[in-house]
Parts: sequence; C-alpha cells; structure tokens
Amino acid sequence: MSFDVPEGLHYRESHEWIDPETGRVGITDFAQDELGDVVFVELPNEGDALDADAEFGVIESIKAVSDLYAPVSGEVTAVNEALFDAPELVNDDPFGEGWMLELDLDEGDLEDLLTAEEYADQIA
Amino acid sequence: MTLRKPPLREVHAERGAKFTEFGGWDMPVEFDSIRTEHTAVREAAGIFDVSHMGEIEVAGPDATTLMQRLTSNDVTELAVGDAQYAAITREDGVMIDDTVVYRLPDESTADGDGDDADDANTVPAYLFIPNAGHDTETHDRWVDHRDEWDLDCEVRNVTEDWAMFAVQGPEAPDLVADAVDADGPDVRDLSRFSATFAPFAGAECWVARTGYTGEDGFEILCPWEAAEDVWALFADDAAPCGLGARDTLRMEKGFLLSGQDFHPEDEPRTPYEADIGFVVDLDTEFVGRDALAEQAETGVEETFVGIELLDRGVPRHGYDVTDENGHVVGVVTSGTMSPTLDKPIALGYLPVGFTDPGTEVNVVVRAREKRAKVVTVPFE
Repeated sequence: MSFDVPEGLHYRESHEWIDPETGRVGITDFAQDELGDVVFVELPNEGDALDADAEFGVIESIKAVSDLYAPVSGEVTAVNEALFDAPELVNDDPFGEGWMLELDLDEGDLEDLLTAEEYADQIA
Repeated sequence: MTLRKPPLREVHAERGAKFTEFGGWDMPVEFDSIRTEHTAVREAAGIFDVSHMGEIEVAGPDATTLMQRLTSNDVTELAVGDAQYAAITREDGVMIDDTVVYRLPDESTADGDGDDADDANTVPAYLFIPNAGHDTETHDRWVDHRDEWDLDCEVRNVTEDWAMFAVQGPEAPDLVADAVDADGPDVRDLSRFSATFAPFAGAECWVARTGYTGEDGFEILCPWEAAEDVWALFADDAAPCGLGARDTLRMEKGFLLSGQDFHPEDEPRTPYEADIGFVVDLDTEFVGRDALAEQAETGVEETFVGIELLDRGVPRHGYDVTDENGHVVGVVTSGTMSPTLDKPIALGYLPVGFTDPGTEVNVVVRAREKRAKVVTVPFE
C-alpha cells in the first residue's frame, strides 16, 4: 500500500506534518490509516504555547489512543474545531480538511524535521 | 513467542488485513475499516475468521457426566444438534471462561463385526468452544477431572482440526443456505442455537445458528484443510471482518469478552455478577455450584452494567468510574465509540446501589471526569 507524502511539508517521526508556509499541523496519511476510524480528537486552545516535541493533544480511533506531538515550538493561532463534530475528516483528508491546528512559526525551528523524502523512507 | 496462525493467515494478508495478537494467535483485526465492517454486519452480512477459538470434543459413556460437572448449565437438556451457552467455573464460582456446548450425533462404538447387538452401541458426544488461547488448559482441566472422577470418555483437543467462520448479519441466512452444497440441508430451517452437519465446497462442516454479534447468523466449523475453499464461497457476498468489528458489535449488545470483562485473576467474577445468571442451573452438580447457590441466596454486591458517556470522550478498559463526589466506585472493563449509535459506550461492574438505569456517574478519561449514566444493555 502506498501513502500520500506531499512535498513541501515537514514531518515528525511520530507522523505529524507541518506546513512551513501556514504553520498548519496534522497527522499523515500513513498515521490515519494505522489508527483506523478516528472517533475523537482532543486539541489545545487558541493562544496556548506549545514546546517542540511536547504532547499537544490526543487522537482516538475505535481501536486505539495516540498522543499528538508538536513538530516545533510556537503559539497556537487556530484550532480546527470542525474535528470536534467530524473527527473522520482526519481519515478522509489528513493533509486538507483534517488539519488540527496552526502555529505561529516565528520561534519554530523546522531544521530537525524530516523532508518528504526522508519521511517516505521511514514508512516504506 | 511464536504466534499460532489461522489457516487463512496469508489469504487475509494478501487482502490487506491488519493483524493483532489475540490469545496467542495472529488474527486479522481490520480488513477495510472497523466502522465499514461493523455496518456491513448490522445491515447486510459479514464473515469473520474465528479459527482462534478452541474446539474440544468429549465422547464416551460418561461424556454427559463430565460435561455436566464442568459447565454451569444443564447439558442433559441438549438433544443432538442443540447448542447451549455456559460458564466454566472454579470451586469458588468464579468464571474461568464462557463457552458454547454443542451436542454432536452420538458416536458409534461398533466394532464392525456384524454383531447387531454390539454394533448398535453408541455413546454421547459433545463439542464445545473455549475462548482463544484457552484450548490447552481447558483440555487439561477436562482430562484431570475425568481421571480424578474415574469417568469413561475421551477428551480431544481438536482446535487445529477445525477452522471456524462466523457469517453474521440479516443477509447471512440466505448466503449460508446458498453456500451449502446442492445435496445438503436447508440451513434456514435451523432455529437459533441449533446446529447440523452440512457439506460446503465438498467438505463436511458443522454449521450452527449461533454467533456473538447480536445479529442473525451462523458459525461454520470446517476442516482446517478446507478452510480456503469454504471461505471463498462467501468472499464475494459477505464483507470480510476482523476482530475490531467483532469487539464493537459485541459491546453494543452488552456481551462479555472472556479475559477482559472477566478473568480468573485480574477480574474474578461469577456468572451472577456478570449478569449471565441464566447459564447457571443450580439443580445440576458442577464445580462451583455450592458457591453460586450461596451467592444466589445472599445476592451480589456488584453487577455488570452498561454506561453511556454524556460528555465527549472514549471510555476504555481500565478507566475508573466515580460517583458524584469523585470517589471511585467501579471500573470500565470494555469501552468504545459505538459505530451504530455514534456515542461512547462502556461496560463494567458497579455496586448494586449504582446499577439502576439513569444513575449518574463519571468515567475518568485521562484524569478528567466525564459525565455518564448507567443504561440497560443492549445499548440503544
């Protein structure tokens, strides 16, 4: 099975992605497939400060619970509240409608993250 | 530890199934999506490979006595082709396992020498289904007690002789009936909890109108080597389902999962506490009978109930249940987001003062109390 790994995004080994242009964060196509049917997402509040590598929320599928980790440090500038009523968006469109939050990237360091190519190798 | 593999392990893998360890077996947990598989069973039909379930055969002049003494229900009620749900209990009444007992056609003890009187001898035979990973210990328990009580019967662990498939859902009766070979019986005539031999793909199978999803359906035991041919009869018409959907389906109906909702060490429970008192027949003599007779007299302190979360969140095995003052009063033994009802549901044990439907409790999800209420099962 092959999974989408869009170019231009940065990836964390634990399967989160971040868009360097918008600061948007989500989980990858591979991760949503591993989890199966997503039924619940717990996210931080707008204005919360996140540290890189710290847990920022929880995602639950029918069969499993997983922690979510911040790819970089930064302040939460937006949260995708649509996921509270429609968590299945994470399965349907993990890089689009299923995004989770946006970070103010001023203090974020993207250098430690994986490129699309490196991440694709990790899940191969 | 090397995992035991069902006969169709590779067939499932080629179809893209994800696997999980269950009771020492490497079993498909999900083929497509748990939600899709779950819905297929509720609305149409699904097929589960449950070859990890154990199979033990008991046959001989004292087979009925042995079965009677080691299961909680009354096996003498079973005519050939009948099935019965029962508990296997310890001396203290605690459940070791739950099982379905089938009465097989009597076995002939004929020696084939043409002597009519001799050849007419038959002995009763039973087949029963311990849960995954329990086949060896159950076989040993039966053999030990047979020897201790000096009974005359054979106990055979045939777990790896029989593959087992569950075809479940409203379309299952027609699907299974159509899959039987032309010279076989019409299995639509089987009533709930009855079984018969029928040929599928040329192989003689034991087909029973039983299952654990709450839907109409059948369980088919087929010879291990015929598994692929029998499975193929359903591959186009029934959705292949994994243990994930099996778990959500049984939870919606409030059915127990052995080893999780009860376990002799981790969650020791009697059939009365587990709300399956109907499997206990105190008029029979079985291991655990006296303890259960006493509990029937005094009553239980805790019982198995359904709990519905009112706040957002997903209840899981091991989460605490608290009262309005935050005191822990119980624990969730099974929980999930119900795919059919689209709400969080849980099963667990609560003290009798908390078991009335509508009683308000909390489930502690990651250190936060979520509002919940006690409900009757099946969940609606």
